[in-house]
Amino acid sequence: MSTASLPHAFQALLKRDLTLAVRHRAEIANTLLFFVLVTALFPLGIGPDPAVLKTVGPGIIWVAALLAALLSLDAVFRSDFEDGTLEQIMMSPHPLSVLMLAKVLAHWLITGLPLLVVAPLLGMFLGLPGIEIKTLMITLALGTPVLSMIGAIGVALTVGLRRGGMILSLLVLPLYIPVLIFSASAVNAAGAGLSISGHLSLLTALLMLSISLSPVATASALRISLN
Amino acid sequence: MFTFFHKMASPKYFYGIAGKLIPWLGAACLITTLAGLYLGLVVAPTDYQQGDSYRIIYVHVPSAWMSLFIYMVMAIAGAIGLIWHIKLAEIISISSASIGASFTFIALVTGSIWGKPMWGTWWVWDARLTSELILLFLYLGVIALYNAVEDKRTAARATSILAIVGVVNIPIIHYSVEWWNTLHQGPTVTKFDAPSIDTSMLIPLLIMAVAFKLYYAVVLLMRARCEVLARERNTQWVKKLAGTA
Repeated sequence: MSTASLPHAFQALLKRDLTLAVRHRAEIANTLLFFVLVTALFPLGIGPDPAVLKTVGPGIIWVAALLAALLSLDAVFRSDFEDGTLEQIMMSPHPLSVLMLAKVLAHWLITGLPLLVVAPLLGMFLGLPGIEIKTLMITLALGTPVLSMIGAIGVALTVGLRRGGMILSLLVLPLYIPVLIFSASAVNAAGAGLSISGHLSLLTALLMLSISLSPVATASALRISLN
Repeated sequence: MFTFFHKMASPKYFYGIAGKLIPWLGAACLITTLAGLYLGLVVAPTDYQQGDSYRIIYVHVPSAWMSLFIYMVMAIAGAIGLIWHIKLAEIISISSASIGASFTFIALVTGSIWGKPMWGTWWVWDARLTSELILLFLYLGVIALYNAVEDKRTAARATSILAIVGVVNIPIIHYSVEWWNTLHQGPTVTKFDAPSIDTSMLIPLLIMAVAFKLYYAVVLLMRARCEVLARERNTQWVKKLAGTA
């Protein structure tokens, strides 16, 4: 039996997950709807004063993005775990960490990228100026993949549990804090006319770190969970 | 040398050795605690700025140190357990979690009690306070994950991974929170704005730090012994110990 090369396997897994996502379009829409809804709740909670909303806006959008990412995480492995696909993937001769990278990449394309598209709209909702909206999109582009990467570790640890959802948020949210801090303060700094290159460099560093390390952690967590 | 470690890592041998160590360590812990408290609360001079309320540092600072130290122990023991499949390391790792969480909690509460008269508020979003709070969440995550997984062997391995991921993140979280605070520049509060701590105040603090370490060792050994018994309950030596064999 001939085995496919690693790049080929990576591609096949990515394509499969994307195809599945396109066939279940409603799930993508759910995450987006949640993102918009949570953001819309804040003005209702803290009052419609444009000055206040403009100050807290970047933070609100980022917290909403964090929660949307958290909500969508369960889908990374859930259905594959339930129908046994995950075990098949683990039995493949290729390094599991690389295959996990493919899965997480697919997950980000499905759930993270759409957030980026809706974010400018939410920015306008909250009255953010153009420069802040632009920065918001850059930070989302750099930050949301990190959320998917870190989240995958948490999901891999809890995939076998019946009530993994609550625990997942406890495991993952503290680890999301650096992304939240650097991103939201980058947007605020941009609004104040300050340089944001420091924030963006740190976010990029986080992205590189999570791309290189988190698939390894995800793979070993998965091996333990599916023991 | 290797056989020594091998022997030490066997649960049965560990159970015996730990049982013998606990009274000695416990006595040492008691002596250092009493000495530290006496020197700290009675002998050490009153601070010229803070009055007597500064004396809470003899509990607060050692527990803050322990909160980080125990997380490191937990992660290193977890890594050893994962790499060499040593059951005892897994037990040490998970037994540390709730002790570490308690110390973190004590550090937060004592800090808050001290903060009320000194800063005039129970809580500020200061970098140190915030990262300590996040550390508490990390501990609680480890404990929650351990309790959620039914097979305790798998649970210990899963929490080891989480602890290692946490250790990679702790410095990142720490610095991000530090920069976040300087970026926002709230009310500036520094803990030790005095140039340095006087020797008469420092010595009790160090004694208390030793006492807290000993306390951790004692409680860790006790918890680890319980865990060993629970895990090995079907083996011959445990049954003999319980008199049911």
